[in-house]
This record gives sequence, structure tokens and C-alpha cells, in this order.
Amino acid sequence: MQTTDPQGSVPSDVPEPPPHADEPRKLEARLTDADRVYRAVVSSGAAATLLLITLIGVFLLIGAWPALKEAGFSFLTEKVWTPDGQPPRFGVAAMMFGTFVSAVVAMAITVPVAVCTSLFINEYAPRAVRRSLTSLVDLMAAIPSLIFAIWGLFFLVPALAPIEDWVVAQFGGWLPLAEASATGGSLFNAGLIVACMTIPITTSIIREVLAQAPRHECEGALALGGTRWGMITSVVLPFGKGGIIGGSMLGLGRALGETLAATLILSIAFEIKPRILENGGITVASGIAIEFRDAKEMGLSALMAAGLALFIVTFAINFLAAMVVSRSRSGAST
Amino acid sequence: MTAPELDHTRPMAPQEAVPGPMGGVLEGVDVSCWFGSRKVLEGVNIKMDAGVVTALIGPSGCGKSTFLRTLNRMHELVPIATLAGSVLLDGHDIYGVGLRLTEVRRRIGMVFQKPNPFPAMTIADNVAAGLKLTGKKVADRDGLIEASLRRAGLWNEVRNRLDAPAGGLSGGQQQRLCIARSLAVSPDVLLMDEPCSALDPTSTRRIEETILELKDQVTIVIVTHNMQQAQRVSQHCAFFLAAENEPGRVIEQGPTDRLFSDPNDPRTADYVNGRFG
Ligand SMILES: Nc1ncnc2c1ncn2[C@@H]1O[C@H](COP(=O)(O)OP(=O)(O)O)[C@@H](O)[C@H]1O
Ligand SMILES: [Mg+2]
Repeated sequence: MQTTDPQGSVPSDVPEPPPHADEPRKLEARLTDADRVYRAVVSSGAAATLLLITLIGVFLLIGAWPALKEAGFSFLTEKVWTPDGQPPRFGVAAMMFGTFVSAVVAMAITVPVAVCTSLFINEYAPRAVRRSLTSLVDLMAAIPSLIFAIWGLFFLVPALAPIEDWVVAQFGGWLPLAEASATGGSLFNAGLIVACMTIPITTSIIREVLAQAPRHECEGALALGGTRWGMITSVVLPFGKGGIIGGSMLGLGRALGETLAATLILSIAFEIKPRILENGGITVASGIAIEFRDAKEMGLSALMAAGLALFIVTFAINFLAAMVVSRSRSGAST
Repeated sequence: MTAPELDHTRPMAPQEAVPGPMGGVLEGVDVSCWFGSRKVLEGVNIKMDAGVVTALIGPSGCGKSTFLRTLNRMHELVPIATLAGSVLLDGHDIYGVGLRLTEVRRRIGMVFQKPNPFPAMTIADNVAAGLKLTGKKVADRDGLIEASLRRAGLWNEVRNRLDAPAGGLSGGQQQRLCIARSLAVSPDVLLMDEPCSALDPTSTRRIEETILELKDQVTIVIVTHNMQQAQRVSQHCAFFLAAENEPGRVIEQGPTDRLFSDPNDPRTADYVNGRFG
């Protein structure tokens, strides 16, 4: 593999400025051969990743083009999904709404649970069980999401039904969020199952990062007369902020793209409504999985466009997260 | 020197954020320490009087830090660590049921070998961190911050950047910030574990000055490797030594002047004259 060397270790024709010039001197370092090989391997790995992402984006864009041309701006605002009808009507609004709602529900559950679990394992659990708890969490991260989805469908959702019905009966009258004509196949339940899938991986990352909190700073907090909780809020959590965000974003990435849970749980409905406990909803990923089979020409292109939209959103969120994380101390370790 | 009787049942009034005229009397009685099954310290008896700076000296690994950490219950943070004996603060066993762990640590502050301010907090927040941690309310927070920084000899250097992050201070300034942070919760005793070992000579001198200024307000116990420092700042001195594969013991203790000019034990003489360690 040939790489061009931007630093130009070959002597250049440009005359060097005299060393006493009153301006910062250009610093160069001659790389050894081993360094050069290493750099070539590493940068070609990075380049391959970038290329792959670009190829996927281009592929989606080409596939989505006919649909985007047909729908125009309404692609972002239209809820209905009948791309193969006459005339075709379709847009990602309902899908995006469902994706966001289920992801927000999932993260609202995942982040506190993951942080508390991590703190418990690291700071409160007896040493004897700490290691087994850690491996248990890591093991859960390896359970296929299909298992969680089936468990959610056949156990968790039926088990929660009485509670959800009670909430609807109590608060439904005046709180739009809790209104529902029927419960079970709701965006909330989909988000709940997604949370089960994202909690293990998020916990695993957050626990790892929080365990890196510098011991001597923790001791400093305790030596001032702080409680363990005081030490956690003044040292461990501020230190781990970047890692918590990073781990949560990884979970969010998974939640946004999670297909199985939404496909199995949701009663399909292309609508936008505040009633998250009510049956009916759709997400981009489950929409693609469900509509794919019967899609004709325009339908396929429209699904590509939906995929492109999800791709862009995921990309943007990860980019934002990376910026936040890189500004924090623990960010480097995520 | 006799210790004044202090009434420790009285509540802390806000203006008492700057502590009383004298520190507490700390006394280690028959203190022994283990890490796992390994005994690293045996039968240490030292009385650390109020108004006196006590120096703990001795070669590396003889258990000075371990002893210091038993004095404010930091020792037990090491999971395998155990201890025997007792530590009395003004006559009350700090390991007894009468004193709360957090209260013990508030009253017996600690400055560590490596400066450990909270780097993301501002300088002012660092000084006040102990108040938040101990859940104490002070009427005049800014006043307390200024007073604590003044007592630690740092006020003039940081008065214009109290809102800057503490991570930006030099090592010596960070260490004095840690001293200020400890003083802000008005401890009776201040333990210092080689506070200057990571610092340059100027910072070291500043901290020694600070110690001398504080000694009438807070009982100070300092571990040091520097013989000159021990002589400059301390009035009482204890020499620790651990023979090979044996726990550390106090070989000799007494007034610093006497220990350095006329040691009873030949090993003390060898050590203070730099012949080993
Ligand atoms: N956390 C620990 N776990 C096990 N052994 C320790 C620990 N800390 C110190 N020790 C041992 O205890 C002995 C005394 O150490 P220390 O008190 O740090 O000595 P000093 O401060 O006098 O140099 C040493 O032999 C050291 O190896
Ligand atoms: Mg030590």
C-alpha cells in the first residue's frame, strides 16, 4: 500500500527560513521505516472505514433519489406511507416520530439504570460479588436482541398490562401522555424492550469508565468528611461525564436502529400522537423491515430514503456526542 | 504542654468556620496494622499534642503513611487492611461507636503526597468542596473561602481567578489549595503525608511557612523525608524503622531538637545523619 507523506520527508525545494526568524519554526521529524509502515496500516484502516461509510451513504442516496424527487419536501412532513399507490404518498414523519419516542423512552430508562448499576457494582457491592456482577452485565450484553424481544412480547408486556391500564385509568383523563384506547402494542412498550437491550452494553461501558475515576481524588473527597455518595457526586460522576455520554450514545445508536423489538411489539400505525401508552406506532427500522416485502419500485426507493434519513440522524447524533465526549476527561477512555 | 479542655458537644456556629485557637490532641495507642496477613506496623504509641507540629520520619516502607492513615480512618479504605489498638481524639476513640466516620474525617483533615484538588471545579469551589461534602451551611461562603486561602498562603496568587479551574494551578499552588480546602471545614488536626515531596524549593518554603502559621490553630502531623524540614517545622518527632521482613516500629521519639542533636538509639543517629534511608 502506497501512501503519500503529507509532511514530505523528502527534502523540499522551498528554502528554509533562517532559524532566527521571528515566527514559529516548522517542526519536522523523520519517521523510521517501522513508523512509516505502522502509519500506513493504521491510516489505511481509517480510510477503509471512511470509504465504507461513504459508500453506504452514496448507495442509499442513489436508491432514494427517485422517491426524494417524487416527494420533495413533503418527505419530511408526510405521515402516510402508500408509496406504491396512485398517486404515491409517503413521508418519514410518523416513522421518525416513533423512532424518537421509543428511543427517548429507552434512554430515559437506560441511562439512570446503567449509572446506578455501575455505581452499585463499583462503589457499594461487596468485593466478593463485584466480579461476578461485572461478568453478569457483560454476559447480558451478549444476549441476542431477539431473546429480549420475545421475552418482552410474551412476558414483560403482559405483566405490565395491569399497571399500564391503571395509569391510563388514573391519569388518562387529563394527561395526554397517559391517554389510551388500548395498551400493549405502544411506542412506550417498544421503548421499554429496547431499554432492556441497551442497558447491558451501556452499563458495561459506563461501569468501566467510572471505575477509572482517580483514586487519590476520591480519597480527597472522603478525607474532607464526605460520604461515599458525596464522593460520587463530587469526583466520580464529574470525572465520568464523558464516558456516561459516550456509553449512552452507543446505547442510543442501538436504540435508534433497533428493529426487532418495534417489529414484534408495535401495532403498526403511521401516526403522530402524544399518547405513548396507546397501541399503534412505527419506527424507521421496523417500518423498513415490515414494508420491505410488499414494496414495489417506488416503495423500495421510499424505504431507501427512510433508511438514509435514519443514517443521517444517527450520524449527526454520534458526531455531536463525539464532540461532547472529547471535551471531557474520561472521554479519552471511551 | 497540657491540652486545653474542649467542649465537643457544642454546635458549630457559622463564625466558627475559622476554628478555635487550638487544635485537638490526637493519640495513637498501641496501633498495629496489617495488609492481609502481613503486619506492617506494630505497637505504635505517639501523642500528638495541640499547638505542636509532630513529624514522622523514617526510611521508605516503614509504615509512616500507614500510621498516618489510621489517624483519620483512611487506612480502612484499602479492602484488605486491618488494624489493632486505638486512636484518641481529645480522649475519644475515633474507631468507637460514639464518633461518626464522616465527622472523624472532617475533624482530622488530610493533605496527600500528590496534590489532589478536584480539577474540574473552580478554585473557589475546591475550597468550599468540604462544606458541600459535609452538608454544612455557612452564612459567608466567600468570606470563608478568602480566609481559608489566606491561611494556606494562597490568597494573593489566586484572588483574581477564583473562578478558574483548579487544574490550571502549579503543583505548589495545588498543594496549598488542598491545604485551604482542608482548613475550610475547620479541622482540629491536619495530617500531611510528605506534602512537599512533589514540589520545588520555593513552594516547599511557602508550605513550611504555612505550617508554622497554622500550628497554633490546628494540630499538625507531618510525614517527611527531609531532615531539614523536620527540624524547621516540627517540635516533636518520631522515628519509624522496619527491619527486614518485620513490621515497622517507633524506634525513638521526643522533642525534635533532642532527637537530632542527641539521639538515644544508634539507628536514629545513623538515620538523622543521613547514613541510611
Ligand atoms: N495498599 C497496600 N496494600 C498492601 N501493602 C501496602 C499497601 N500500602 C502500603 N503497603 C505496605 O505497607 C508498608 C508500609 O508502607 P507505607 O506506610 O506506605 O510506608 P512509608 O509511608 O513509611 O514509606 C510497606 O511495606 C508497603 O509495601
Ligand atoms: Mg509514605
